[in-house]
Amino acid sequence: MHRQILVIGLGNDYRGDDAIGRVVVRRLKAIGGDNVIVVEESGEGAALIETWKGADFAILIDAVHSGGAAGTIHRFDAAAQPIPSRLFHYSTHAFSVAEAVELARALNQLPAKLIVYGIEGKTFGPNVGLSIEVERAAEEILRRVREDLCTNSRSSTI
Amino acid sequence: MPANRKFEVKALSRVEGEGALYVKFEGGQVDWVELNIYEPPRFFEAFLRGRKVREVPDITARICGICPVAYQMSSCHALEKALGIDPGPEIRRLRRLLYCGEWIESHTLHVYMLHAPDFLGYESAIHMAKDFRDLVQQGLQLKKVGNEIVSLLGGREIHPINVRVGGFYKPPTKADLLSLAERLKWARDAAMETVRWVAEFPFPDFEQDYEFVALSHPDEYPFNEGRIVSSKGLDIAMREFDEHFAEEQVPYSNALRSVIKTRGAYFVGPMARYNLNFDKLAPLAQETARAAGLDPECRNPFKSIIVRAVEVLHACVEALRMIDTYQAPEQSAVEVHPRLATGYGCTEAPRGILYHRYRINEQGVILDAKIVPPTSQNQKTIENDLWKFVPKYLDLPPDKLALQCEQAIRNYDPCISCATHFLKLKIERD
Repeated sequence: MHRQILVIGLGNDYRGDDAIGRVVVRRLKAIGGDNVIVVEESGEGAALIETWKGADFAILIDAVHSGGAAGTIHRFDAAAQPIPSRLFHYSTHAFSVAEAVELARALNQLPAKLIVYGIEGKTFGPNVGLSIEVERAAEEILRRVREDLCTNSRSSTI
Repeated sequence: MPANRKFEVKALSRVEGEGALYVKFEGGQVDWVELNIYEPPRFFEAFLRGRKVREVPDITARICGICPVAYQMSSCHALEKALGIDPGPEIRRLRRLLYCGEWIESHTLHVYMLHAPDFLGYESAIHMAKDFRDLVQQGLQLKKVGNEIVSLLGGREIHPINVRVGGFYKPPTKADLLSLAERLKWARDAAMETVRWVAEFPFPDFEQDYEFVALSHPDEYPFNEGRIVSSKGLDIAMREFDEHFAEEQVPYSNALRSVIKTRGAYFVGPMARYNLNFDKLAPLAQETARAAGLDPECRNPFKSIIVRAVEVLHACVEALRMIDTYQAPEQSAVEVHPRLATGYGCTEAPRGILYHRYRINEQGVILDAKIVPPTSQNQKTIENDLWKFVPKYLDLPPDKLALQCEQAIRNYDPCISCATHFLKLKIERD
């Protein structure tokens, strides 16, 4: 028996590299898998908490902008420790991903396992398509996510 | 504490957008207060010039992620006035329902996540959630109901795309709307509990002689229609706005500030609507407010959190009424025929009246646009409050004084992004 794994891609298709989360989960969906549920979200925190409610294992993919080299991949085990809000903060009024994780933790609504991938974007202007650096990172993220899925699948087979 | 000092909050939290507060004391008195809106200007009025009428609701919706419906409503109404069209009662009903959704989601976010932590002594909703888990979950669910309404009618939760001049691109069916009814009945009960919860908060003793300005409609608590009225006798049509209101600029802020030409600062938003339209609230909202100890007249801005909760309740009742009486329109939108004209629109955004004016030509091209958002209108009143409020707390240490000031600013749920189409706190004591 395999656990269902939720993979959430965040972003805006019309803001350059901000679309990375969505691009990766679409490619993952095209590959398919019995135990994977793929979801695309805008990144609004309250909606995110609702999306991962009840999930045991979730993987979340989003663009970040912390001044690092474009295409750099950050990986966080959000169930074990807070994720840095400086990477995922995008609004002072709506909930960011980091705030959603912490609020869900306080409400006991965090998946038992939550892996967050953050990819440093290069351009977030109004255009469609990823930069070369982030496009390269997309393939690497896809490979790593599939590895996470395989690892989980092996560990949860009974 | 020294008689002369400055204090500064460099980035106000739990408000939309980026701004700061600077307070200077001299001889133990408040010498200067600046609400500094440093978020850059966004030039939306200039972007609109040369664009087609049909593009305006989608462009103006981008001014704000929290109240995009308000921008769509004010722009549609202004342009429909210019074009001389009336979309009819079913479109009007759908627009009221859509606005109910935005009020529910925007007010609930502010009541539960942004303002309640101030009254309960928490740094944020995340810290508050550890002790008030059920209530915070209730807040998230209540907000979600608002989101669901906006999604269903607008096509998506943020920056809806289904609104057009003359109507909607695709109106919902009656069955679509009925799917919301059970959730709205739960939301109505949760909103009543919210009113009772926030009414028990400790409120500073602070009342001012404000001039409240809101829309007033003969039969309804205002959303999209009515005259612009005030608690000091103003009673004008929307097209007379520019004759009575002026925008002024101060060197330290990127947002224009609106004043009543003859009297200066005024107050828009839930407090203004409530004081000027109490008798038009749904009877259940009136009864719940009274039972919670909130009089029909309220001049303490800290109690705005109760008023917002009352408006959420009203919006739930009104949404159910709209759903109950809705019949899908025969045509999704009224046809638009361009003509040389000027149109004026003013609707009640969650934070107060939002005024739009457009001049269009025979080809349906925007020649010029004017947009006056609620936070621009409240800016001077927020500063006035701080001039009066800060002296009461002069003996507090700077960090506690900063929190009190931020709470006072959050009474207005300011939307800085709207105002710059706007916070950091700096206190100076030499």
